[in-house]
Amino acid sequence: MAATSVHQGNPPAALETPKIAVQDLNLWYGSFHALKNVRVDVLPRKITAFIGPSGCGKSTVLRTFNRMNDLIKGVRVTGKVLIDDHNIYEEDTDLIRLRKRVGMVFQRPNPFPISVFENVAYGPRIHGETRRRRLEELVEKSLRATALWDDLKDRLSTPALGLSPEQQQRLCLSRLLAVEPDVLLMDEPCSALDPIATARIEELAVELSKDFTIVIVTHNMQQAARISHVTAFFLLGELLECGETSQIFTNPKNEKTEQYITGRFG
Amino acid sequence: MKPSSLSHSVSEKIIETFIHLSAAVSIVGLVLIFIFIGKESLPVFTSPEIRREASLSKIFLPQSPEPGEEKVFRWQPVSVVPKYSLLPLVVGTLKATAVALLFAIPLALAAALFTSEFAPSWLREWVKPVIELLAGIPSVVMGFFALIVMATYVQELFGLDFRLNAISAGIALGLAVVPVVYTMAEDALSAVPQSYREGSIALGATPWQTAWRVVLPAAFPGIFAACILGLGRAIGETMIVLMASGNAAVSSWSPTDPFRSLSATIAAEMGEVVRGSTHYHVLFFIGVLLFLFTFFINYLGQLFVERLRQKLSGTDK
Repeated sequence: MAATSVHQGNPPAALETPKIAVQDLNLWYGSFHALKNVRVDVLPRKITAFIGPSGCGKSTVLRTFNRMNDLIKGVRVTGKVLIDDHNIYEEDTDLIRLRKRVGMVFQRPNPFPISVFENVAYGPRIHGETRRRRLEELVEKSLRATALWDDLKDRLSTPALGLSPEQQQRLCLSRLLAVEPDVLLMDEPCSALDPIATARIEELAVELSKDFTIVIVTHNMQQAARISHVTAFFLLGELLECGETSQIFTNPKNEKTEQYITGRFG
Repeated sequence: MKPSSLSHSVSEKIIETFIHLSAAVSIVGLVLIFIFIGKESLPVFTSPEIRREASLSKIFLPQSPEPGEEKVFRWQPVSVVPKYSLLPLVVGTLKATAVALLFAIPLALAAALFTSEFAPSWLREWVKPVIELLAGIPSVVMGFFALIVMATYVQELFGLDFRLNAISAGIALGLAVVPVVYTMAEDALSAVPQSYREGSIALGATPWQTAWRVVLPAAFPGIFAACILGLGRAIGETMIVLMASGNAAVSSWSPTDPFRSLSATIAAEMGEVVRGSTHYHVLFFIGVLLFLFTFFINYLGQLFVERLRQKLSGTDK
């Protein structure tokens, strides 16, 4: 995985217009100020890793990108999250279209308790696809993209919950890909997996980053170092440092970042 | 062993024995009740004298009231020539149960889906206990309400010939079934992991699509079990049908006709019956039938729910 050696030198923001631009984002859970003036850019077709100790707000930032925080009561947000130059916190944002474009996989694989096929076909179906042929094509394409097709093509009608955890997480990715998003949010996608499965999901993420913008939240610093192009370090609701992964891990500018990545706290 | 730990272990023993005893008493009680009911119904199979009036074929097959007349099903246990056909009662029970379930299950499930998926939490905290309180209304009150108030309105609404019929009794019965089905179905829906809802919402599904296509199927085993429990309650419920059914033992499947249920028959006639008579033993036989009905429904229901759970979780191999 030579992913970390891409574009060395220049700060990444100078190269391309960001896919997601977070501007002065503040978020409160009730009276708790969880995010403080966060500014961060996410580049298209790259993997951006959010790292930081528990409770630092990295997952919260991630969940603003598809507005999943809206589900939590008492959440208040100020600032902007621009995706393709459109502020998704604008009143007129179509949440259904937003979530179709910005998909998410979770810490624990959460396939629905229905068949493999129905899991993948779920997204297209709720977005109005009824043609059987088209659904079958989408299911095959999505399962191929996560390297599940060869294992599961004869077991499409078996229950998804009977799969191994790794397969379940891959299935959740396939389920996302079937709605043809362009951003993939991964909230500690390997935390429920063993090391071998983790390595394989990482490989898959690198593979997918050719076509998708990926943001991954991780507790695992080796994981961030292995697969991401850009790393952002959060602490207590603030973005302390963001830069190319190689720079963050070899030559961090912020003292706290250095202490965290060298394991002095976390 | 130190004295304190000795007295400790003694009190532990006493408590344990007490708990075992209480469990044993309730189980033995149940078994004795069933043995008693079974024993009292036995003459229907063994005594030649009783079988002359009420053998199984007389109970379940059509009989001619007078020699040469057309064969009919008739429950007239106290006429000059007693007739013990249970068919009118079985039909009545099934008819009222069907109306009750048709009324109660959609209502209870819609309410459960609303409270678990759509209601704001303050409303949920109100609605759930209030519906559960419905279960605490004595069925005699429910029966009284059906008999005096509801029957009139139902008759006017549908323009029916009979004031007391399977529709009004069925609805009243349904009101008793609603809280049973609602509580269990709501629990089943609430027990669906939040991660399923998140997964669905994150794919761009609306709350309604999520509820209908993800939460409901995931909770289906529990919901089915809730319906079975409601069915059992409807079959066994006595007071409401006794009061609101009209108690006419006619074999008609029409919901607009009055009827008489198995349970109401026992309640109405057991007090007057001559001990040891054919009528007496047939009433106990009805009790056995009711017991077997509910037992088999629960058993089959549980079997089905278990298989469904295994299927959903992918462990059926």
